[in-house]
Parts: sequence; C-alpha cells; structure tokens
Amino acid sequence: MKMNGAQIFVESLKKEGVKVIFGLPGGVVLKIFDVLYDYKDPALVLTRHEQGAMHMAEGYAKATGKPGVVLVTSGPGMTNTVTGLADAYMDSVPLVVFTGQVSTNLIGNDAFQEADNVGISRPCTKYNYLVKDVNDLAQTIKEAFYIATTGRPGPVLVDIPKDVSMNQTEFNYPEKVYIRGYNPTYEGHKWQIKQAADAILKARRPIIYVGGGTVFSNAFEELREFADLTQIPVDMTLMALGSFPATHPLSLGMLGMHGSYASNMTIHHSDLIVAMGSRFDDRVTGKVSEFAPHAKIIHIDIDPTSIQKIMDVHIPIVGDVKCVLRELNQHLRTSVNGQRKEELKPWWNQIGEWQRKHPLTYTQEKNQKIKPQYMIDRLYQLTKDQNPIVATDVGQHQMWAAQHFKLDHPRTWLTSGGLGTMGFGFPAALGAQRAFPGRLVLGIVGDGSFQMNLQELATAMDHHLPVKIAIVNNGYHGMVRQWQDLFYNSRYSASCLGNCPDYVKLADAYGAIGLRATKPEEVDVVIKESLKIDKPVLIDFQVDPMENCYPMIPAGGANNEMILENPPELQNKEKEKTGAKKAGNGEKEGVLTA
Amino acid sequence: MEHIISVMVENKFGVLSRVAGLFSGRGFNIESLSVGPSMDPTVSMMTLVTRGDDRIVEQIIKQLNKLIDVIKVVDLTEGAFVARETVLIKINAKGEDRAEALRITDIFRARVIDSTPATYTIEVTGDTNKIDAIINLLRPLGIKDLIRTGRIAIAREEIKAAVQEKSPDKKRLELK
Repeated sequence: MKMNGAQIFVESLKKEGVKVIFGLPGGVVLKIFDVLYDYKDPALVLTRHEQGAMHMAEGYAKATGKPGVVLVTSGPGMTNTVTGLADAYMDSVPLVVFTGQVSTNLIGNDAFQEADNVGISRPCTKYNYLVKDVNDLAQTIKEAFYIATTGRPGPVLVDIPKDVSMNQTEFNYPEKVYIRGYNPTYEGHKWQIKQAADAILKARRPIIYVGGGTVFSNAFEELREFADLTQIPVDMTLMALGSFPATHPLSLGMLGMHGSYASNMTIHHSDLIVAMGSRFDDRVTGKVSEFAPHAKIIHIDIDPTSIQKIMDVHIPIVGDVKCVLRELNQHLRTSVNGQRKEELKPWWNQIGEWQRKHPLTYTQEKNQKIKPQYMIDRLYQLTKDQNPIVATDVGQHQMWAAQHFKLDHPRTWLTSGGLGTMGFGFPAALGAQRAFPGRLVLGIVGDGSFQMNLQELATAMDHHLPVKIAIVNNGYHGMVRQWQDLFYNSRYSASCLGNCPDYVKLADAYGAIGLRATKPEEVDVVIKESLKIDKPVLIDFQVDPMENCYPMIPAGGANNEMILENPPELQNKEKEKTGAKKAGNGEKEGVLTA
Repeated sequence: MEHIISVMVENKFGVLSRVAGLFSGRGFNIESLSVGPSMDPTVSMMTLVTRGDDRIVEQIIKQLNKLIDVIKVVDLTEGAFVARETVLIKINAKGEDRAEALRITDIFRARVIDSTPATYTIEVTGDTNKIDAIINLLRPLGIKDLIRTGRIAIAREEIKAAVQEKSPDKKRLELK
C-alpha cells in the first residue's frame, strides 16, 4: 500500500510496539503530527520543553527496559534535545529520537529553523541518520530501534526532512536487520569464563562490583544466584542501585565518592574484583593508581571499549552480563562447595568491622531543622511497602537518596549518573509514571535541579501523572556549596539560590497540590498526606541548608581516604552559628557567613 | 610508538566525520588520514597514522571498531606491511638549479610533472625516509609549495618462514 512518509513513520512505530511518544510539534514535523492526530496508539505526550521530553523518555526506558521515543521539530527543537542525548549516551539508555529537518532541497541553505542535526548529535548518540529518501524511511527506523536496544544500548537519532514525511512510497516494514559493521557479542568466551570461575573460587577477599549494565541486561536473577553461590559481598554503582536488593545481607550498598565506608574499604582491600556492566568511572575509582591495589580484576562488559580503558584487567570477558553470569553460575554450581562461608569468614568479619565502625547514620534532633537524610529515610520507611520507583536529580539529595533509600527491586531507580544532569529527576519520574499509571512514583529532587525543568508540571497535570515530588529544599546548589566548604574556604560563589519560588503556590498555579514541612515532626504528616492524593504533589521539605553529604572521597583521592564528617573548622563554624540568628531558607545565608 | 591502522568503512556520507570526530573527541593523536574507494563500491579504505602507548592504541582500535560504519580494523604495525606516500613539491628552478633539481629527481626516481621557466613540480612516491630525504635535498633550492597524501599502507603477503627468520629486520625487508 502506498503511504506518505508521516504514515510510514507512525506505522513503523506501531510495528516496533511503541506505545508512547514524548514530544513537541513544530513547522517541519506538522505532517507527522497531523497523522498522529488520528491515532490513539502510539499516544503522544505533549511536553512543555524538548529537554523534558528527552528525560521523560529516559525515565520511561529505564523503568520499562523498552526504548523511549521522542519526536521534536528541527532547529531549536533538536538542539533542546542535546542534553538528553548526551545524558542517555553516557548512561546507555535506549532512545530513538526523531527530529524534523527542513526539506532536502533547503538543507545547507541556513533555512528557517535549520540546524545540522546529524552533525550536532554525532558525538552524543550511538548512531544517527539523515533520511534523504522516503524509500529509506522504514528501513532506517527498523535499524534505529535495533541499534538503540542491542549491544550496549544508547540513543539513536533519526532526522526526517519535511519532504520525506510528505512523499509517498510503498510501505514494507523489514523483518530483519543486518548491519555488517555492528555485531555485538552476547556470549562470553568460554575459556575466559572458566578462568574467571577458578579465580573466584581461589579468592579469599573477593568483591562484586555491579554497574548499570547489569540493569540493562536484566541480569537480576543471575546476579542474585551468583552472589548467593559464592557468598561474595556486592558493591553497586549509582547506576546499578536496585539490581541487587539493598537489604540483602550480601549487599554493601553503593561504592565510590559518596559510597558507604564498608563498600569502599572492601573494594580497596579486595584480592579479586568481579566487575560487571561497569566502567571504572572516576567517581568509583577515585585515584586510579591507588584503586584496589591488591586486586585481580575480572571484567564482564558488552562494550569492549570499557574493558582495559581505565584499569588493567586480568580476565576480560566481552559479553552480555546476563549471558556470562548464566554460564559462570553453571560452572560454580558444580564446583562451589559447602565451605564457602567458612572460607570467606575472615573477610566477612573484617567487613562487619567496617560496617560497625562507620555505618550510614545521621542525627535528627527534635528542635533542629529537618535533616535531609531523615526526610529521605522517612520517605523510604513510609513508602517501601509499595515498591516505589524513585527518580532523582543531581547533587546532595541524589547521594542521600542513594545512601538512605534502600531499593530492593530492579528498574526502580532513575537517576542521571554519567552526565550528572540537573533537571533530570522530575521529567524522568513523569516518564516512569506514564509507563506505570498505577504505581507509586517518587521524585527526590533538589530545589536547584527542580527549577531547571519545572515547566513539566503542566505535562503532569495534562496527562494525570500523580507523581510525588519531594523537594529537598536547602536554598543552595548544595553540592557546590559543600565543595566550596571543603575546598574553597567556604566562599559561596554563586551557590546560594537567593530568591526561590513558594513551591506550594507554584504547585497551586499549575493545579497540582503543594505541601510543606519545615519541622521534623511535620515530615511524616506531609508524606502520608501526599500519598492519599491522586494528583501530582510537590512537597517542599525545608531542610538544614548547611548539611553536608558524607562519607566523601575528595576528587582524585583513594578509596580508603574518605572524609567521614565535617572537618574541625566547619564544625566550629556550625557551633558559632547555632548561637547566632538562624537564617531561613531562601535567605542569603551564604552572604552573611562569607 | 607509531601505528598505521587500516580501516574498512561503509562508503556513506558522514563516515569521515565520525572517524575524525572520534579522534578529536577522545583526544587521540592523528598524524595522517587518507581515504579512498576500494574494489567494492560500497566500501572505502582508510589508512590512519597515529601515535600512542599500548593502552591508547588498544582504545583507538576498539573505539574504531565500535563505530557502526566501521567494518574492519587492522593494526598493520603488528605485522609486516608496506607503506607509501606521494608528495607533490613545487620548487624554484632557475639557471644552474634546474640541472641540480633534475639530478635529485633522478636519484630518487621521482618525476617532473610540471615545468615553467622558473619552477619544477616534482612527484615522488616512497616511504617516509625517502620523502624526508628528497625534501631535505630540495629545500636549498627553495620549496614554493608542498603537498603530501599521507601514508597509505597494505599488509605484506606472508613470506616463507625461513625468509622471515633470516631477515628479522622489517625495514630491510621493506627496502627490497
């Protein structure tokens, strides 16, 4: 049957099983939007900004495991997606992003709303296409979904000129794709896996270091079995949270810059690291030359470039984490003996000591301001039975959430790791809520971050997405202020947010519900209240603005050199201040103390 | 260490920018890059000359392989190979210099491909040593303009083991 490009586009998405498109219209994509007007499936979620659409699609993809789909117009429509593309590329999120382009005869003429979409997106996509002929459209879409979702997933951009969406051709959706330069390896090398199994059984101070690739590979059961069989402690990266239950006795929680004392000490003193779907990011390794100095490394990753990039790896295994673990478990099932617990007892005793020495704690006094850790802990305690999906922005609140919100289920943690994109959390929460209308979706966001994409409150209302957004409001770019405290002599250059909106009124202006807690005893009350409301809720938690996030490994430090609390000079400053007038939220406290 | 890498790529628009962008984006060194069609019209061949320690070169090869339009990557430096470069050199050539220029051209088995009363344009093909040598000899005459293709290279067909053992020096092999 003959169809125009716009119809081919929509029918192709149907063939790919796409249920939702996040996007915003504009001149050159009008034909596509016109066709979409007649379809209920796929449904369109109109966002208020293209960046919002990108993070929603990321949230959708992370929560479901299916590719997120975005449709925007040319020029500014496309350039607004760049942050989302870079974010998805860093965190390996499968997205297919369709951008409009000016008609093929105008390309290169500096036409209205023209941008070199393929050129701009090249370094922040896994692959990108400019479709020059409507006859190539269906094949290109098929390839785009294939590339985005296979191997190490990532964003793929498809640029569709206006005339391509109007021109007609016969619609045949290809069944199969073959790209000769793209053949990701799934099954690991058998001999290497055997070597790994032997090394694992010989090690006496082993550690499993799990990264986000484990989530994309859906290797949860395999990881669980692997850990149970071998009794090896599990460290997770920020991206991996949820892939292994945080409350499991073998879990040591998150490692790295703000990881737990025990997890960092364990990896530092280990004799064998079993890394999977992780890439030895600088936030994990700290000073590379001093990272786990006694450890042999087994590295399982589907992306060969991740292996041997940062660290020397002793047993590299290129392959999908799920496939490799399945094979590895098979070896271990027969060779592991009942002595595992006994063999690793000294190691676990040592780890227990570390855990007892510096557990993740906080103190919440009654008359004090709300401690952000307390508020996140309460949010966790009061919602954990509902198995919520948690989205965060980037900064102190993100690290506190990673430390205190204990996730036991995969695909419940939506955060921007590699790129560190402030403004990610709220739209990501909306994307996840769109995928799972019945589930509880929480956003734990900073007041600085939230203001970067708050326009999506309108989208939340339009599409009835009843997310609960907890704003950890400290009136600062908190992590920036913390670094200034620690490394810049507390000179708060541009970290104080000054004039901030009244978030309760803001919610009200959009027709959402706003709540506020300023004292510790109000925390439970507002959380419980928010859970009863079937609407988007913004909760303004006015927390202690000077609280710092620990433990912390200073950038470039080794993993056994953690800062565990405020250094003495900051503690003294704090004491002085408690006597003096307490500055409220939004007041220019930074100016007073600087 | 210098590495010459042969890259087989899809013959599509934008492929060159993907390869070049990879090098600039990741801070890899690129000394020369030459591209041309191959026997198969859907495939182009690139020869890349780069420098780096083992880890960097391993990353370069892996990252090249990761590009979807890259079909095959071979580090020619790992085995025996021949590399050649062509240079066009325009020199001042007046009076006695004209004879000197022709002598040099002859010694290097180069060719004069264009001539005016005051200049010669010389074409020379060879390995880097040869090119450098002729440039050095021509320099006193006054080089007006010079353009190099960048190296292209190809792996040698396997030579009988005995021959390889007798002449472990790859450079000597290459000169034959």
